[in-house]
Amino acid sequence: MVDSQVVLNGQTFAYTFYAIAIILLMGWFGFKLTKEGKGKAVSSGLFYSFVGMLVILGVSLHIITYNTIPWAPMDLNRNDIKPDKSFNITVANHKFSLPSEKLMIDINDKVLFDVYSQDLTYGFGLFRQDNSMLFQMQVVPGHRNDILWQFDKPGIYTIRSTEYSGPKGANMVLKDVVVVQERKK
Amino acid sequence: MTFKDTFLNGAQGLFKPVSLTPMQKLVLRFVVVGLIYYAFATIEGMIMRIYQIEPISAIADYQYFAILTAHPLVGIFGSTYSIVFGAFLFLVPFLMKKPIWSYKLANWTFLLIALGTFVFWFAGFVSHFAPLYTLYWPLPADFSQFSPLGGTFFVLGIALVMVGTVFFVINIFKTITYTPEGWDKQPAGAMLGSALGFSGLKNLFRKKEDKKDHLVSLPVAAIARGTVDTALNAGIILFTGVLILVYLVSHLFGVDLKNTAVDALLYKNWFWWGLDLIADGLVLIFVAGTWYLLAMLITGKNLFMQNYARAALFIEMVVSWTVWSHHLLSDQAQPGFLKVLSGEMVTAFELITQGLAFFITLATLWSARPLKMSNELKFLLGGLLGFALAVPAGIMQADIGLNRILHNTQWIVGPHVHVAILVGLTMTLYSAIYILFPILTNGAKLYSQKLATFHFWAHLIGGIGMGAFMGMAGLKGMLRRTIYVNGEYNIYMVLAALCGGLLLVGFLAFFLNIVMSVGLKGVIGIFTPSKLNPKELLPVSENK
Repeated sequence: MVDSQVVLNGQTFAYTFYAIAIILLMGWFGFKLTKEGKGKAVSSGLFYSFVGMLVILGVSLHIITYNTIPWAPMDLNRNDIKPDKSFNITVANHKFSLPSEKLMIDINDKVLFDVYSQDLTYGFGLFRQDNSMLFQMQVVPGHRNDILWQFDKPGIYTIRSTEYSGPKGANMVLKDVVVVQERKK
Repeated sequence: MTFKDTFLNGAQGLFKPVSLTPMQKLVLRFVVVGLIYYAFATIEGMIMRIYQIEPISAIADYQYFAILTAHPLVGIFGSTYSIVFGAFLFLVPFLMKKPIWSYKLANWTFLLIALGTFVFWFAGFVSHFAPLYTLYWPLPADFSQFSPLGGTFFVLGIALVMVGTVFFVINIFKTITYTPEGWDKQPAGAMLGSALGFSGLKNLFRKKEDKKDHLVSLPVAAIARGTVDTALNAGIILFTGVLILVYLVSHLFGVDLKNTAVDALLYKNWFWWGLDLIADGLVLIFVAGTWYLLAMLITGKNLFMQNYARAALFIEMVVSWTVWSHHLLSDQAQPGFLKVLSGEMVTAFELITQGLAFFITLATLWSARPLKMSNELKFLLGGLLGFALAVPAGIMQADIGLNRILHNTQWIVGPHVHVAILVGLTMTLYSAIYILFPILTNGAKLYSQKLATFHFWAHLIGGIGMGAFMGMAGLKGMLRRTIYVNGEYNIYMVLAALCGGLLLVGFLAFFLNIVMSVGLKGVIGIFTPSKLNPKELLPVSENK
C-alpha cells in the first residue's frame, strides 16, 4: 500500500503550487484594477467556463483520491475484508490498554485496530519516529471504532491520542509500541 | 494639531459624537466592543503561539486549555458577531430606506453579546472550564477534570450571547417585513419570500412574462439567508447548553446523572450540524453578501450576473444544512453514506458557491477599471484571497482519504480555519469598517493612511504566514489541541509566532489609527446617550 507520507507529499506540492498561483493572480488583478484597460466587461463565456471548472474540480477530487489512495476504499469496505491480524485496545481514564506490551506486525499484513473507550471521546493515531502521522481515527464511547491498515515497510510507531479529552489527554502517548517487521520465513 | 490634541479630539477635530443618531452610536459601540474582544482573542492567540514553542511555566496546562476554549468563542461571538450584527442592524434599514423595527431590541442584542462574552470568558479564566468549543460528549460533564460551578457560569454566558442572537434574528426579519408608520402597507409575506429566495425559486418555473421582480436587494437577501442559519445555530447551541446545564446543576445539587444516557456519536452529529451553520453557513453567506455589497459600493455599478449570485446564496443556505458530516470522516461508526454524501459530495458544493461569489465580485470590480486602491478595496481583495486559499484547503480535508492523515492536525486549524477567519473574514470586515467609517461618523477623517497601509500588509502577511507555517507543521504530524514539550515542531512554531506577532502589531496600528481618528473624547462620546430620534438612521442633514 502507498505510504501515507507519499500522499502528504503530493498534497503539499499541489496545495503549495495552488497557493502561490492564486496569490500571484490576486496581486496581478489588484495591479491591473488600478490601470486603464481594454474591454471592461467580463464575458459570460468566461463565467460559465469558470463554473464548469469548479464543478469538475469538486467532483473529480474525491473520485481521484478514492482511486489513488488505497486506504480510502479499504476503509469504506473494511467490514468485507478479513484482517490478517486484530488488536483489541481499550481506553479509560486517559490510558490506553494494549493486548501486549508491543504490537508486533508483519509487513504487508492487513491489521485491524479495534479501540473501545469506556468513558470519553479520544483519538487513536500511529506516528512515525520523526513525529509525522501514519493515520488516525476518533474513538467515541459506546460505539465500535475500528480501522484497517496495511503496513508496507518495516517501522516503529508511537500511539498517541489524536482527540482532546481534557488536559490529561496531552499525556496519552505510548512511545514505540507498534513494531512492523519483515515476515519471518 | 498636536499629538495630544488629536488623541483627545480626533483627527482635525472632525468627529462630533453629539451629531450621531442613536443607531449610529449603537453600531459604533458594537464595533468598539468587537475590536476589544478581537484584542482579547489576539493576545490569547499569541500566548498560545508562544506556548507551542515552549510551555510557559507561569501558565499550567489546564490554564492553557482554558485559553484554548475561550479563544475561538471570544473571537467568533465577542468580536465577529458584535461587528457583523452591528453592521447588519444598520445596513438592513439603510438599504431598505426604512427605520429599524426596534432600536431597543438592537440595544439588547449589543448588551447581551458584550455581557455574555465577558461572563463565559471570565468563568473560563477563573475556573478553567475547558471542554473546548467542540464539547464532545461527555467531556463537558466530566467533573473529575472540570468545575461544575465554572461550567454553569460558562454555559450561562454562552446562553446570554445566544439570546442576544435571537433578538438580532427577530429584528432583522421584522425590519425587512414590517410597515413603518405612515407608509403604505408592505407585502410582508412576499418580501420575506424574496429575501429568503422562494420567489426567485418560483421564477424558475414561471413563464418569462410572469416572472416577479425581487422585492429586496441582493445584500439584504444575503443577510436574510445568513440570518436563517444564525437562528438555527442559536437554537442548537441553546438546546445543547440546556442539556449540559442539566448535568452541571444536578452535580452541584449532589445528583449525578448517568452521562451515558446521551449517545456520544448522535450528540456529535447534532452538535456539528448546528455548529456548521456558523462555519459553513452564515459565515460564507454573510461574507458573500458583504463582498457583493462592497463591490457595488466601491464601483457604483450593478453586480455582475446578479441572478446567479442570488441563486448561489440560496444554494449555499441549503448546502449549509447538509454538510456537517465532513467533521465526522474519522468517526468510524458514522455511516458510510453520510461520509460520502454529506461529508464529501455536498461539501464540494461549497467550492462552487464560494467560487461563484469570488468570481462575481472580481468581475464586478473589473467592470469599473480603473479603480483607486482605497483601503476598502485593498482589504476586500485581501478577504477574497483569504477565502480563495482557505476554501480549497477545507475541500481537501473533507475527503475520506486525505482526512485520515489530516484530521485534528495543525493543517485544519492553520491553512483552513485561521486563514478563513483572519484573512478571509476579518479582512472583509475591515473593508466594511473602512467603507462605513465616514457614514457612521458623519465624515470623520482617518488619522493616518500610512498606518492603514501598514495594517493591511501586516495583517495579510501575518495571517497567511501564520496559517502556512501551522499547515506545514500539520503536514509533519503536529496535532491541534495538545501540548508538545520537546520542541518537536519548533521551527514552524517560531515562524508562526513571528507571523502572529505581525498580526498583533498590525491590529495595534489599526486600533491606534481609529482612536486617533475619533479621539478619546469621541470614544467616550460614543457611549453617551444620543438626543436624536432613534427612528433616524442618519442625521436628517445626512439623509438629504
